[in-house]
Amino acid sequence: MKESLAKKSIEYRKRILKYIYKAKAGHTGGSLSCVDVLNVLYNRIMNVGPSNFDSPDRDRYVQSKGHCVEALFVVLADQGFFPESELETLCQYNSHFIGHPTRKVPGVEQNTGALGHGLSLSVGMAIAAKLDKKDYQVFTLMGDGELAEGSNWEAALTASHYKLDNLCAIVDYNRLQISAPTRDVCNTDPVADKFRSFGWEVVEVDGHDLDALEATFRKLPFAAGKPSLVIAHTVKGKGISYMENVLKWHHGVPSEDQYEQAQKELDSALLAL
Amino acid sequence: MGKANLEVFSETLQHIAESNRDLLVVTSDSRGSGKLVPFAQRFPDQLVEVGIAEQNLVGISAGLASAGKQVFAVSPACFLTARSLEQIKNDVTYSDNAVTVVGISAGVSYGALGSTHHSLHDYAVLRAIHNIIVCAPADNFETEEAVRQAAALNQPVYLRFGKRPMPLLRKDVPFVLGKGRVLQEGKDLAIVATGEMVHPALEAAALLNESADIEVTVISMHTVKPLDTELLIQVAATGMPILTVEEHSVYGGMGEACASFLLQEGFHNRFQVMGIPDEYTVTGSQQEIFDHYGLNGQGIMEVAQQLLGVSQEK
Repeated sequence: MKESLAKKSIEYRKRILKYIYKAKAGHTGGSLSCVDVLNVLYNRIMNVGPSNFDSPDRDRYVQSKGHCVEALFVVLADQGFFPESELETLCQYNSHFIGHPTRKVPGVEQNTGALGHGLSLSVGMAIAAKLDKKDYQVFTLMGDGELAEGSNWEAALTASHYKLDNLCAIVDYNRLQISAPTRDVCNTDPVADKFRSFGWEVVEVDGHDLDALEATFRKLPFAAGKPSLVIAHTVKGKGISYMENVLKWHHGVPSEDQYEQAQKELDSALLAL
Repeated sequence: MGKANLEVFSETLQHIAESNRDLLVVTSDSRGSGKLVPFAQRFPDQLVEVGIAEQNLVGISAGLASAGKQVFAVSPACFLTARSLEQIKNDVTYSDNAVTVVGISAGVSYGALGSTHHSLHDYAVLRAIHNIIVCAPADNFETEEAVRQAAALNQPVYLRFGKRPMPLLRKDVPFVLGKGRVLQEGKDLAIVATGEMVHPALEAAALLNESADIEVTVISMHTVKPLDTELLIQVAATGMPILTVEEHSVYGGMGEACASFLLQEGFHNRFQVMGIPDEYTVTGSQQEIFDHYGLNGQGIMEVAQQLLGVSQEK
């Protein structure tokens, strides 16, 4: 029987924590904030999987906020790109499963990790689709803190100049970055107005409401001839009571007690479904 | 006298584009300085303009290449290999997207515009990045061959071009990326030059021969990375002094690459690196800057004489 999307989201969180706990490293808070977006994209929206990853017609996903790679890895494993057991090697010597996406891992579209790169890469892919008259879509996930990188705004200009309505950027808008709330580090608000003024069509959505996310992505493109931006309002550390909206969980690794508590909370959430 | 290498670059791209619809030129408001206006007129659908945004230029080029396009990303070398270095490192080389990164008006081609517009660091930074071929063609022949070979390779390449017309050198010595070209053979001294320094190296060799019967081997080491180590060993094994010449900082360029390789191979030939010294670079025309630093036939000859221990009066 097909697992429900909600169940997958909880299972993904359990696995994210499992592998971060085992590796004693990872970007916990951001992986938990963006994993619902990934769940909906890979399970409901994108036409990409192990069987068509070589196809020039596949949809593309570029994770610009590469540090939240644990969310991507567990979703790719679930899609069948590689056996989940390989994640046991996360961050170990000579493993392909390192702290940022690399193409050595099946299913990863581009090597990322330095912030501010994904949108330009995605613009290139989207221009290629237009030139080739192909109808694949290009998705990229960015952080709200990442929007301080100037290259994003170069790419935002180009995307609207070329009318890339086959491009959808998603901002994982969790309002926290490594050292402080984003508004206190370098305020990127109002994100929606900024992108609108750059010629994008913007939709804001609860980034943990799976139905709302799916409904939002199903409306793509939001406007003909315009690139689409989804501002996914999320909670950093979502799903674990003591992690939610707490700065130190940006890349905090749970202790044994904390890990057990987190798994219990997620088990309870599963039972409550 | 031939044309500017950049013009030959543009003409060669047009030849390739006639039969390859996947060839794309991506520019950052640099189609004029890149001599690409005729390309843009003939193949408007094969030129992607991104505006004055070099980081974006390289990122978009990588995205296009990942979708199967054969991409030449063109921008002044000074910006392309500094401002967008992280995009070259991550999006092109690390992700292995086969973009040909084309640095135009390189070295001190924009002489009077000052250090913002000079690229005397590009070999150094790109040498330290894995998975990119670094090549500076010397003349129109090397340019056409380099562009064709880069287009046929499915891997990242950096091509570096100046903007002034270049003398035509030998065509009968084959050009292969990664293989130096021996333009003349001599037994007394080897001058290993790259890019637009090859011609003054030949002039210096002629002067040395006329004035003191010194027979000089002159090599166009157009590919700075990977170095033609086989050829370097052949030359060093003769015991000849070796003089390297490049339009680049004396730090981190072709000369240091040769020196490092040969020393580690156990060679102890007398060795001298000529290039732009580590100082605030003087301004003026490209030729005036070359003359200031002795990067001309006469200046190279004088350094060669010192290296050979030959007095200048002799």
